Amino acid sequence: MHTYDLAANSLRDLNAALHAQTAETNQTRWDVVNPRGGHAIAVGIDAPIEVNVKGSTGYYCAGMNKQARVHVQGSAGPGVAENMMSGTVVIDGDASQYAGATGRGGTLVIKGNASSRCGISMKGIDIMVHGNVGHMSAFMGQSGNLVVCGDAGEAFGDSIYEARLFVRGSVKSLGADCVEKEMRPEHLELLRDLLERGECDAKPEEFRRYGSARQLYNFSIDNAY
Amino acid sequence: MKDAPEHGPPRTDPIKSATFTDPVNAEIRRAAATGIYDIRGGGAKRRVPHFDDLLFLGASISRYPLEGYRERCDTSVTLGTRYAKTPIELDIPITIAGMSFGALSGAAKEALGRGASAAGTSTTTGDGGMTEEERQHSTKLVYQYLPSRYGMNPDDLRRADAIEVVVGQGAKPGGGGMLLGQKISDRVAEMRTLPKGIDQRSACRHPDWTGPDDLEIKILELREITGWRVPIHVKVGGTRPYYDTALAVKAGADVVVLDGMQGGTAATQDVFIENVGLPTLACIRPAVRALQDLGMHREVQLVISGGIRSGADVAKALALGADAVSIGSAALIALGDNDPKYEAEYNKLGTTAGAYDDWHEGRDPAGITTQDPELAARLDPVAAGRRLRNYLNVMTLEAQTIARACGHNHLHNLEPEDLCALTMEAAAMAQIPLAGTDWYPGKPGTGY
Repeated sequence: MHTYDLAANSLRDLNAALHAQTAETNQTRWDVVNPRGGHAIAVGIDAPIEVNVKGSTGYYCAGMNKQARVHVQGSAGPGVAENMMSGTVVIDGDASQYAGATGRGGTLVIKGNASSRCGISMKGIDIMVHGNVGHMSAFMGQSGNLVVCGDAGEAFGDSIYEARLFVRGSVKSLGADCVEKEMRPEHLELLRDLLERGECDAKPEEFRRYGSARQLYNFSIDNAY
Repeated sequence: MKDAPEHGPPRTDPIKSATFTDPVNAEIRRAAATGIYDIRGGGAKRRVPHFDDLLFLGASISRYPLEGYRERCDTSVTLGTRYAKTPIELDIPITIAGMSFGALSGAAKEALGRGASAAGTSTTTGDGGMTEEERQHSTKLVYQYLPSRYGMNPDDLRRADAIEVVVGQGAKPGGGGMLLGQKISDRVAEMRTLPKGIDQRSACRHPDWTGPDDLEIKILELREITGWRVPIHVKVGGTRPYYDTALAVKAGADVVVLDGMQGGTAATQDVFIENVGLPTLACIRPAVRALQDLGMHREVQLVISGGIRSGADVAKALALGADAVSIGSAALIALGDNDPKYEAEYNKLGTTAGAYDDWHEGRDPAGITTQDPELAARLDPVAAGRRLRNYLNVMTLEAQTIARACGHNHLHNLEPEDLCALTMEAAAMAQIPLAGTDWYPGKPGTGY
């Protein structure tokens, strides 16, 4: 195991060291101590390594992650795991705005709550939130799955494309072109897998599914607001 | 009057309204019939003060000209000297602006890369990601980081020669993009993670940052991912050039790209293109002043775009303080856009060569702004790339001609004192004296 102290060393050196890891590395376990809310921690990793951040992070932790498992043992600031490609990011606490924004793959697990715009423009990522999500979550969601074990805020799924949304609690309001959809057996099966991967203590049958009504897919004056 | 009994009483000539012109009335009728605003490509078509309203003074007794064909006049420029380990070094100060694969065909993107590379300059991706065609044929490729993040990935980020964070563009500052369903082919849909055939909307602002303080952190993230190797450009539409430039510098930009309202777009509302934003001419001096006030002029490079057509325009932009310019519409014309040889086909589309701007419909007779395989096959990327190279070379030669006549051995030595303005408006916007005077509106100390 390699321990990296951000109180004593620079962010640049940390990220450079993580970027130097390849698929063949034997330095597979990294502990980052004293993150102290720093920004851009463990961004752009492209190796099958495990990074444990022992504390809370600022903006864009694990941004554009590929392959790695990044575990934040605290809360995460805005844009955690933004544009993630693959791998897993787990947040023990809460996540601020834009969690998983534009993510194209991989798994993001938030064990607390997520703030507004969770999963905005998601493009294939799977996001599991144990608590609630704030307003405008999954805005323009293109692909992937967002699972909310708590409640969803206003304008949920606004202008959504083909992302699949599952909510166990209430939805304050649905955004434009987002509707509740039938939960078919294949969705229950999908959700079962997502809940298991997200370590969520919930049953698929407790959730409702939301997605696109596909009424905004082609330009029409009748769709103008 | 004496003929009046035979021909009826004299009548006034029919007079059409200067307010309700034929085009205005036609648009009213079109809107009434369809209920939808007009969407088109390109930039502002209205007349605005532009580089044509400036003239160079040339050398005289007080200035010593250089021999036009023999004496050296350098054209190189380096972009990204502030923070990047590997700044972009260009042979000429004319770059190719961001235009997406999706809006343009793959062959058109390839042609842009070929032409730019042959001329020793860079080209730029667009909304929709990086294609192999343009990466392979562009020796220097700027990768745009847009609100939509279509196709965004760290691998392409790392194989780019620079990253351009797009905050806005001159044709539609404050607006998002659109790519109508006709152009969402299988390949475009896959690159953008969208269903085929839908009318795609691009967001008007970034999904994971708001404001200059966030932008500073976003730039930090991009630098960390790319190891601080490549320059980070910030592109803004011309609206508040002094403050936007200052804030981009504060956020850590290596290069500010400033796009005036004549700058083109693939598709947006006509009312947006014609009524939002500043003319390019009005953008340059406030941006330069912001850089000077921060002590960053020439350390953070300024790239100007929007209506650049000739070496004279290049020289004027540089004389006003820009480090380089960027061309989009002009590059497309060089490739073959709006070529009169397709006049019959333009007529079938209800338009004429030179006026065709329904690029979003994907029926471009020139095969440039289309994803239709048959139309796209009309564009030979090698020949089109050669035309672009020739055009870039001519622009460079023209700019050198002017610079030598003004006594400069590098295009960057052109200065505001080389210019005069033909109109009060241009004098005010460019802060250049009206021809034959030493005065311009707003000149400090004059009281006007």
